[in-house]
Amino acid sequence: MAILEVKGVNKRFGGLLALDDVNLSVAENSIHAVIGPNGAGKSTLLNCFVGKLLPDSGSILFNNQSLLGLPPYRINQVGISRVFQTPEVFQDLTILENVMIPALAHRDGAFHLAPFKSLSREHDIREQAERILDSVSLLDERHNLASAMSRGNKRRLEMAMCLVQKPKLLLLDEPTAGMSRADTNNTIDLLKTISEDHEITFVVIEHDMTVVFSLADRISVMAQGHVIVEDHPDNIKGHPKVKEAYLGTAETA
Amino acid sequence: MLKTTDNKDRLMMIAFTVAVLAAPVILAPFGAGYPDLMQRFAIYGIFAIGFNLLFGLTGYLSFGHAAFLGVGSYAAVWMLKLLSVNVIPAIIFAVVISGLFALLIGYVSLRRSGIYFSILTLAFAQMSYNLAYSVLTPITNGETGLQMDLDDPRILDAATAPGQLPPPSLFGLEMGDTHYLSFMGLDLQLNVGFYVCAAILILMFYISLRIFRSPFGMLLRAIKSNQTRLNYTGVHTRPYALVVFVISGMYAGLAGALLVCMDPLAGPERMQWTASGEVVLMTIMGGAGTLIGPVLGACIIKYFENIFSRVNDAVVSNWFSGLPDSLGDFFSAIVSPFLGSGWQMSLGLIFMLVIIFLPGGLMEGVTRLIGWLGRLFRSRNNDEDAETTSAKESSPDPHSSRPASPKES
Ligand SMILES: Nc1ncnc2c1ncn2[C@@H]1O[C@H](COP(=O)(O)OP(=O)(O)OP(=O)(O)O)[C@@H](O)[C@H]1O
Ligand SMILES: [Mg+2]
Repeated sequence: MAILEVKGVNKRFGGLLALDDVNLSVAENSIHAVIGPNGAGKSTLLNCFVGKLLPDSGSILFNNQSLLGLPPYRINQVGISRVFQTPEVFQDLTILENVMIPALAHRDGAFHLAPFKSLSREHDIREQAERILDSVSLLDERHNLASAMSRGNKRRLEMAMCLVQKPKLLLLDEPTAGMSRADTNNTIDLLKTISEDHEITFVVIEHDMTVVFSLADRISVMAQGHVIVEDHPDNIKGHPKVKEAYLGTAETA
Repeated sequence: MLKTTDNKDRLMMIAFTVAVLAAPVILAPFGAGYPDLMQRFAIYGIFAIGFNLLFGLTGYLSFGHAAFLGVGSYAAVWMLKLLSVNVIPAIIFAVVISGLFALLIGYVSLRRSGIYFSILTLAFAQMSYNLAYSVLTPITNGETGLQMDLDDPRILDAATAPGQLPPPSLFGLEMGDTHYLSFMGLDLQLNVGFYVCAAILILMFYISLRIFRSPFGMLLRAIKSNQTRLNYTGVHTRPYALVVFVISGMYAGLAGALLVCMDPLAGPERMQWTASGEVVLMTIMGGAGTLIGPVLGACIIKYFENIFSRVNDAVVSNWFSGLPDSLGDFFSAIVSPFLGSGWQMSLGLIFMLVIIFLPGGLMEGVTRLIGWLGRLFRSRNNDEDAETTSAKESSPDPHSSRPASPKES
């Protein structure tokens, strides 16, 4: 069953058709990778999913419910979280606080307005946050400010911030970009464990083919706003259209 | 870990309370121990604490907070005129009215952020100023200012002697009452009005502390840090920003009411943009986002305004009278532009120095100093340890691993 159903989505930026009749069907509890050369429209597509951009036409259904026109915070509340291409964390807060905020927001449906409740009483939230931080191996640094982290660690933190909300669908925009080989492998392992342990669906945008082929259950290849192929990883590797898109040898229709 | 934060907070609360209550003793040696100025310290301290809740936590820089101070003042005078000279109804009414006013202005202004938000609040405040100055003269008494009158109804009060204006009071205790006391060679002035302001300041400081330490406070800091992330975390930020905007406006209204309770007169100049700028200055100078900083900033600015401005040329030349004439004149010539009517020059100079060397405000200086003293003290202790029991390694303090977060103090 498809958890996310994208049909005929178009998005135009001035003269540029960034998304051109995009169709995508993401199966529940799978890892769906979206690959394609720079400027293919991958991030734009994610932006349409999370309500940052409104498509010009087409439909996006999440569990058969339309996401079009919902503001980002509502889309998060229905169970979609996102890791950005450039990490978006709370720089001036500690790592622990960074994770406690989404945890609180998730537990209370939005955020309870309790100006006099002491944060130190929120033992459950704290423990939950620490458990997640442990799983991304950031527990020891939890009292440091997020601004002091490396880019790779920020991305891991952002992943923890998303995971603590137990999303049904997690969107990852290049989760391993800028990471060392070792960190990349850790991330692959982390994503694998998460997808085995939880009822969660991933949409992963990735340039690193090792990551894609070791994780994905299904791959969509995008080029110049089109999804040119959608198939099982084994069939993608030698696909002529994919080679064309990456090497740019043939003219596009 | 969090336990230690709680303990630290308790300690800070106690220290703050003691310091405020002992203000007449502490301030007397600086020539600032007289009721009028101490009341101002407390009142503008409250104003700045409230402003800091908005600016220090969320980063929304309101440039029109004096409007709420002014509205609070007018509301309080009206209560003193219509209902009773008891300050309690005046204060409550002022806080409610300024809260409603803040709700209105905040609702509109918070649709924008950054400089546009600041400009919107500034525009609203200037509008309020102009309304108070001319259009709403029946309510505000225009340029002259609103004050109590002999034929005010004061429906709750017993009739007073004819021809006498009763002063604001708290159940019979008059705000202007001062008890003179000599203590360790200091002439102390214990004033009812100051202690009313002090009690409220302590309460308002406590409320601010609780907000800082609550999940709500953490959310407000997150708004300052990254609104985009919050939106994708399921939090619609605007209602929370509006709540803190209203709380902050109520603090300002409270301060306005207290000004009136100490001296029952409200004029439009209280709403002018310079007054709005002053509270920004106080907060930044003391340390935006810190708990004590705003109070410190308020005290320093009010001290300059009241003490430095009184030093005139005669006093200055008196300082240098021990020096040869020409040298004395030379020093007087350098120093005097910064004193008397030039007090704002020295304030500006100090403000610049603080911003350049202590961007986190004076509280950053205090934190640095404490850290430096702590290290000095510890290293000396370690040296002594090393001499006596060289084997014993001083175990690292598990709490010291936390870096000095700017929000700590
Ligand atoms: N907000 C915007 N306004 C105008 N053009 C945009 C906007 N966002 C993206 N584009 C353009 O749309 C095209 C697709 O961009 P997008 O960021 O989706 O590519 P991508 O596949 O994510 O590439 P990359 O691998 O480099 O991240 C690009 O040509 C880009 O310049
Ligand atoms: Mg991209």
